[in-house]
Amino acid sequence: MSDLAFAAPPTGAATFLRRALRNRSFVTGLAITALVALVALVSFFWTPYDITHLPVAERMKPPSASNLFGTDHFGRDIFSMIMIGSRNSIAVALIAVGIGMGIGVPLGCAAAARGGWLDEAVMRFNDIVFAFPALLSAIMITAIFGPGAVNAIIAIGIFNIPVFARVARAGALALWPREFIMAARVAGKGAARITVEHILPNIVSLLLVQGTIQFALGILAEAGLSYVGLGAQPPMPSWGRMLFDAQTRMMVAPHLALFPGFAIVITVLGLNLLGDGLRDLLDPRLNRER
Amino acid sequence: MTRYALNRLLVGLATLLVASVIVFSVMEILPGDPARLMLGINATEDAVVALRQQMGLDQPVVLRYLHWIGGMVVGDLGRSYTYSVPVLELVAERAAVSLPLAILSLLLLTVVAIPVGIFAAARRGSAADAATMAVSQIGVAIPNFWFALLLVYLFAVWLRLVPAGGFPGWSAGPWPGLKALLLPAVALALPQAAILSRVTRSAMIDVLGEDYIRTARAKGLPRAQVLWRHALRNALIPVLTILGLQFAYLIAGTIIIENVFYLPGLGRLIFQAITQRDLIVVESVVMLLVASVIIVNLIVDLSYAIVDPRLRAA
Repeated sequence: MSDLAFAAPPTGAATFLRRALRNRSFVTGLAITALVALVALVSFFWTPYDITHLPVAERMKPPSASNLFGTDHFGRDIFSMIMIGSRNSIAVALIAVGIGMGIGVPLGCAAAARGGWLDEAVMRFNDIVFAFPALLSAIMITAIFGPGAVNAIIAIGIFNIPVFARVARAGALALWPREFIMAARVAGKGAARITVEHILPNIVSLLLVQGTIQFALGILAEAGLSYVGLGAQPPMPSWGRMLFDAQTRMMVAPHLALFPGFAIVITVLGLNLLGDGLRDLLDPRLNRER
Repeated sequence: MTRYALNRLLVGLATLLVASVIVFSVMEILPGDPARLMLGINATEDAVVALRQQMGLDQPVVLRYLHWIGGMVVGDLGRSYTYSVPVLELVAERAAVSLPLAILSLLLLTVVAIPVGIFAAARRGSAADAATMAVSQIGVAIPNFWFALLLVYLFAVWLRLVPAGGFPGWSAGPWPGLKALLLPAVALALPQAAILSRVTRSAMIDVLGEDYIRTARAKGLPRAQVLWRHALRNALIPVLTILGLQFAYLIAGTIIIENVFYLPGLGRLIFQAITQRDLIVVESVVMLLVASVIIVNLIVDLSYAIVDPRLRAA
């Protein structure tokens, strides 16, 4: 009975689904995110054109029936480039969220469970990491290893660690004084076991919402890093890099700068809407208020 | 109040110290010998040894760290390998572009976002609220460098109102310089303004639901006074927190935006230094930027005490 108290809304799966379908942010966000994920998946076995082929005679053609988004300065189909570029954006942002969660959540949970000097140490560690914006970490990592997509992952991942540590800590701290945790302690369970069995399942929704937001921020950060040349390297297509290539050619071919930007905005918008929707759906406090 | 301030100050200093150790260590594990790098592949062994000695590279790590950090404190950042001038000179010259840019966008951001957030909160649920929030939702999703490209296309290429890039310097007076920084500042401020307006709105909505707001209205205070005096002041803490964090994003943002507009600021400097492997410049600029983030957040922490009297008493 203990777990019922905090986490899932006190309704069955069917009512939850009905509420989810009524939530406009959630539905729109989920639809956009699913579409982007689908595009990335499809790009593994089909794109309108082969982007390793460089038909230079066709360069910088405006959008047309044969090239939906036009062609770039090597004559490559921009639509195909964006499709393949989505893989890079998604992979970098997703792994960076994984790093942040994988390290940040245990840290935050441990800080909440033990308190005292450990809590203080984790919070001070957070302060330090927060002082290094992902771009500065990426600059330092690039100075050592040279540029590449992996550096972008590490830099964004590091910046995600304190974010998840804070969310996990705050969520766990709110749970520890509750009765069902007391009951578990009286039953003789240790802090680690309580964290795994009772705390984590109850903060999953918080982490999920934060994960969606960090995913969106990761897409933006990756685009920025590849734009300045610290992320994915050519010939690997990436949205940020495409915008960099477009910059000097914008006067003659503005479409070069338009479509990769739209791709970023739509993906980030979809994830943010999904996060907002999830928060509304999963936060029991908000349920009661509405 | 003094105890709170002292505590924050100590934590801030400790953070600075640890951050400096991190930056120094990262630059320590870099492959390659700076002395050999400077002299080129044809240098004789004696020359390399002599230069290492002159640069102090033969000293133990701890001594070199203390020397570096001591130099930082008194403003001696060492000499750039490639430019052959003191790093401080380089940094000061470039900061004269980056700092005004960051401040200008911080100003734009606050002036736009806070009133918009208050406006939306005061008209919660109205069409105006929904429209503002929809616009801000899109604003959050726009990468600042892409927005910058669009601004350049619209205002510089198409309408020819402002220069597309470059910086005339401050010697010609403040106006040409400001004009060159205007588009970059707008591009930097927009996505952050979208975030801040959303935070302001939700903080205001939280406060407006409190009992003391109802009391203030019930005792006959005008709506505007309740909104601006009672509610805003109490909503300021989350707003200030986010504003402090946003400074870090602005700092990172200037580095990218300077590349869009070809502005000779710290961001351009850092990228040139990386490609030329001028590591002392990279090290110093990174440290300065990290320090500025820490100091701004310290100021935010201290300003809580001014905004919230409960902290003052504690």
